[in-house]
Amino acid sequence: MRTFFQRHSKFRPRSSDEATGDSAIPEDMWVKCPKCGELIYSKELDHNDRVCPKCGHHFRLNARERIALLADEGSFVEWDAGIQPEDPLEFVDPKGAYAEKLASTQEKTGETESLISGLGRIEDRPVVIAVAEFAFMGASMGSVWGEKLARAIERAAHDGLPVLTVNASGGARMHEGLFSLMQMAKTVAAFDRLGRARLPHFSVLIDPCYGGVTASYATVADVILAEPGALIGFAGQRVIEQVTKQKLPPDFQTAEFLLDHGMIDLIVERALLRSTLATLIDHHAPAPVSFRPEDNGYDAAGAVELVDAGSGSAGDTSPEHVRHTAS
Amino acid sequence: MSTVDTISEETVNMPPVNLSPMDRVRLARDPQRPGTLDYIAELFSNFVELHGDRTFGDDGALIGGLATFRNRSVLVLGHQGGSNTRENLARNFGMPRPEGFRKARRLMCHAEKFRLPIIAFIDTSGADPGIGSEERGQGTAIAECLLQMVGLRVPIICVVIGEGGSGGALAISLGDRLLMLENAVYAVASPEACAAILWKDSSFASEAAETMRVTAADLQRFGIIDELIAEPVPAHEAPRETIGAVGQRIAAHLETLLDTFDISDPESVEALLRERYDKFRAIGAWHEG
Ligand SMILES: [Zn+2]
Repeated sequence: MRTFFQRHSKFRPRSSDEATGDSAIPEDMWVKCPKCGELIYSKELDHNDRVCPKCGHHFRLNARERIALLADEGSFVEWDAGIQPEDPLEFVDPKGAYAEKLASTQEKTGETESLISGLGRIEDRPVVIAVAEFAFMGASMGSVWGEKLARAIERAAHDGLPVLTVNASGGARMHEGLFSLMQMAKTVAAFDRLGRARLPHFSVLIDPCYGGVTASYATVADVILAEPGALIGFAGQRVIEQVTKQKLPPDFQTAEFLLDHGMIDLIVERALLRSTLATLIDHHAPAPVSFRPEDNGYDAAGAVELVDAGSGSAGDTSPEHVRHTAS
Repeated sequence: MSTVDTISEETVNMPPVNLSPMDRVRLARDPQRPGTLDYIAELFSNFVELHGDRTFGDDGALIGGLATFRNRSVLVLGHQGGSNTRENLARNFGMPRPEGFRKARRLMCHAEKFRLPIIAFIDTSGADPGIGSEERGQGTAIAECLLQMVGLRVPIICVVIGEGGSGGALAISLGDRLLMLENAVYAVASPEACAAILWKDSSFASEAAETMRVTAADLQRFGIIDELIAEPVPAHEAPRETIGAVGQRIAAHLETLLDTFDISDPESVEALLRERYDKFRAIGAWHEG
């Protein structure tokens, strides 16, 4: 393959058009790798799960592409797509009202919100899946995210299923003020209950993952994975530079940096993500009945007790989701 | 004492002052406004500060220790900034680093082990945004605090006494009660940061503060806080009176919680945890269909 642009061996910031998930590229087009500068035929890139065949740079995927990559074909059943955001603050910024911003973002992205949740299978293992959509207002966590995720976790606890979250976020949904902040509490609370039912939460951190998502459920999962090169942190790099007036280390806040500092369990290449998750699910599956201590084992019935006194959100949709898992 | 009383009586008879949200942000940040240590000195006795996260260091921006509150031993936690440059440097302007959150979490576990109620004072512009804090897992440290707190088997009362800044404030505010002084603010981001992002100019902080609904009255209307504690005179002008009012409300809520839930009875503790879960589970603004 010919190289039209000068190669860059150094890490370079990602191009801004990546923020939209760039899934709408016409078929016969060349895509320039933002890391190595290589021009890649877009079909070849798609074939390679949108990983640069030359340098291994992981291009961003949108949430639907991510689900297609992770879940067995046709296995994903979306939950709670009808939950719609509101504008409790009547928030207005120079670009206009939040309510209008929501309407235009929904039209632009074809999604109702920045988190997609549902039930799928990974190499035939049923798992509750929640994936962030960065194209929807920078995957900011607002009330809908919190409600969808809390419901998904409560159903997982009810049905004895593991939970997989794929987490990206540009920060809080400022337009929802403290409602946004409180979703950190709500989601962590739900995961606390899942943990008490001895059901695992696997968190995959993808590029970029910042703010309240990093400071809540995404980093207290039972196993934390990350994609190579993903930028992950609490505070954004610009803020840190402005506040500290210091130059940031070259690999600052990359997945590799987090691994070095002991903050994540492992980095997994996209091509191996599915099989790695399948293995992890198996390791956390309840032991065969004959090996289970009678009084202290994992017990799905116990999980039911944990959720039934909740605010009713687990119960009101259970007939539907039980049907999905019955097969 | 008499001057304080005189001021308050005059103020009670004055028409309510129309403070803008940004006025309240400024009041909340006033360097002379009483901080966690002032509350501890005034409301608690036998305070023994406990230091360190047992992993890396001690954080002066998030302090805690054992103390007596109305004849009962409790764990008290809180953010603490400084009122001058030297103190601010020692306390990192009240912005905790991961060590602070890890110390808070350690002390929460201590309180749970010895069945001590927790009283937490929230007063920070936010968690420290520094290179070292990122290296040591700022996000993880906050998240671990949240996870610990939401399932902690003792009653927890949290009071926003100054500025409640984002995740650094939330990290110690997942309690059974969230009280807030009238001139305190609690926000997902500072108005300056919000203005810098959405207005592309941090000097529009007043506009941002307005639309972000950061005041205690707003948060009471949204059902996010449990009680607004009136502050007829700004706290730094009537510190003893303000601290006294906060102390009375903490005592009332603690009494209710301890009357309702028996910390030594596992079933009663489960009921407390269910109530705490439902409280956070219900927060959100959305509709379906
Ligand atoms: Zn490349």
